[in-house]
Amino acid sequence: MWDWNYTLSFIPELLGALKITISATFVGFFLACLLGLPLTMARRSRCKPLSLVTAGIIEFIRSTPLLAQVYFIFYVFPNYGLSLSPFAAGVIALGIHYATYLSEVYRGGIEAIPKGQWEAARALNFSKSRTWIKIILPQAIPPILPVMGNYLIGMFKETPLLSAITLVEILQVAKITGAQSFRYLEPITIVGILFLVLSYISSIGVQRLETKLNRR
Amino acid sequence: MKLNITKPIIKYRNISKSFGSLRVLNDLSLDIAPNEKVALIGPSGSGKTTLGRLLMTLERPDAGTIEVDGEMLWHKEVNDQLMAADEKHLHRIRSKIGMIFQQFNLFPHMNVLRNVTEAPIHVLGLSKEEAKEHAVAMLKKVGLGERMEHYPSQLSGGQQQRVAIARALVMKPKVMVFDEVTSALDPELVGEVLAVIKEIASEGEMTMLLVTHEMDFAREVADRILFMDGGAILEQGPPEQIFGNSQNPRTRDF
Ligand SMILES: Nc1ncnc2c1ncn2[C@@H]1O[C@H](COP(=O)(O)OP(=O)(O)OP(=O)(O)O)[C@@H](O)[C@H]1O
Ligand SMILES: [Mg+2]
Repeated sequence: MWDWNYTLSFIPELLGALKITISATFVGFFLACLLGLPLTMARRSRCKPLSLVTAGIIEFIRSTPLLAQVYFIFYVFPNYGLSLSPFAAGVIALGIHYATYLSEVYRGGIEAIPKGQWEAARALNFSKSRTWIKIILPQAIPPILPVMGNYLIGMFKETPLLSAITLVEILQVAKITGAQSFRYLEPITIVGILFLVLSYISSIGVQRLETKLNRR
Repeated sequence: MKLNITKPIIKYRNISKSFGSLRVLNDLSLDIAPNEKVALIGPSGSGKTTLGRLLMTLERPDAGTIEVDGEMLWHKEVNDQLMAADEKHLHRIRSKIGMIFQQFNLFPHMNVLRNVTEAPIHVLGLSKEEAKEHAVAMLKKVGLGERMEHYPSQLSGGQQQRVAIARALVMKPKVMVFDEVTSALDPELVGEVLAVIKEIASEGEMTMLLVTHEMDFAREVADRILFMDGGAILEQGPPEQIFGNSQNPRTRDF
């Protein structure tokens, strides 16, 4: 049933593609973390119109399929002079999509800080930036790290979507390999195992982090 | 000690403040002399906390002015015109004021020592060594010399409040607002906090605005008692007068 020689023959190529999958995940997540910040700030702005428009944008991005956004960036942007490689288009789409989730996570973390912390900071005459850096963020970030970790894992599992814009990530490689040799069992199974193992290890990491944070 | 009321350090002038349609302070004026200890008493919702928070710049007045040590707090005088003060101005005047809160508001992610050194280092620009020296001295003074490595969650309420007092005092404010600083404490912990405040008060060199329900404490520490109701000062005078034979039936009831 299972052909080990065949399996060994495509493993190197698969591991090469795994690099692409993992870098797409990390670059996309890095973008999402960055883009989430201005979204949070705009959402929390005292300027009502800005806050409402941002809430609208966030809602729109969250409730349309990621695949549609990926297509849009890859196939529609070139019409306006912006042609992107599959990798670039993919990570931008992932980054924007997940930024909307992360911005809400940030917002939750910040709003969980009691008003008294802001007031104590003001009473001690901390500047705005010092208040953020020394008082608010050190309290807001640790509790949201596990949630962010779970989004990282979620994003990793969504990367095969990028094969739709010809990015050669692992599932795509598995599919091509299968099509060439008419044997799908081994490549697809191995991809499944790779996803399982990596997600599982990461989620154990997240759990560890969570217990560590809860102990404090 | 002689109080110089002709040269007040704090001047509230015709202050009004509303939250939505609720008028909390109503054209209130008040002078406080340098080093004077003023106790604010009155029923719940009468505006006592708000009066203190305006001074700490935690709330902005709707109308009226507040002067601190000869300068407008919320305003700047530009060509004889009052303009809303910018953050730079507020920052400068705010350095003269400190406040202790009902809920302590210590920074939970810092140990006791860092709670007390953080502002001197990052706001006053002291070196770490200097800040630590001051903090240690102040923590000893409030009886917490042995607890400097502890985190706030490892302390009793009374200890936390004493840390908060040390944290405010190392900033060397001229005026301190104490907003019902013992009302979140278990009864057996009230005494240790009041004792610390009494000690600071007895040293003289500090103007204090004390919002309190502890009448014995007010009588003992305050030079003057203000009775507030409905956003105004109904009656004021030395403790003997207010607690002895108040003219005002509402004060007497209270
Ligand atoms: N930020 C706010 N928003 C809305 N209403 C407020 C706010 N702060 C205070 N109030 C209301 O203003 C009124 C006066 O409040 P304040 O806290 O000054 O009273 P207080 O005299 O300190 O009362 P207490 O003895 O209960 O502490 C209260 O009715 C309170 O509910
Ligand atoms: Mg109050």
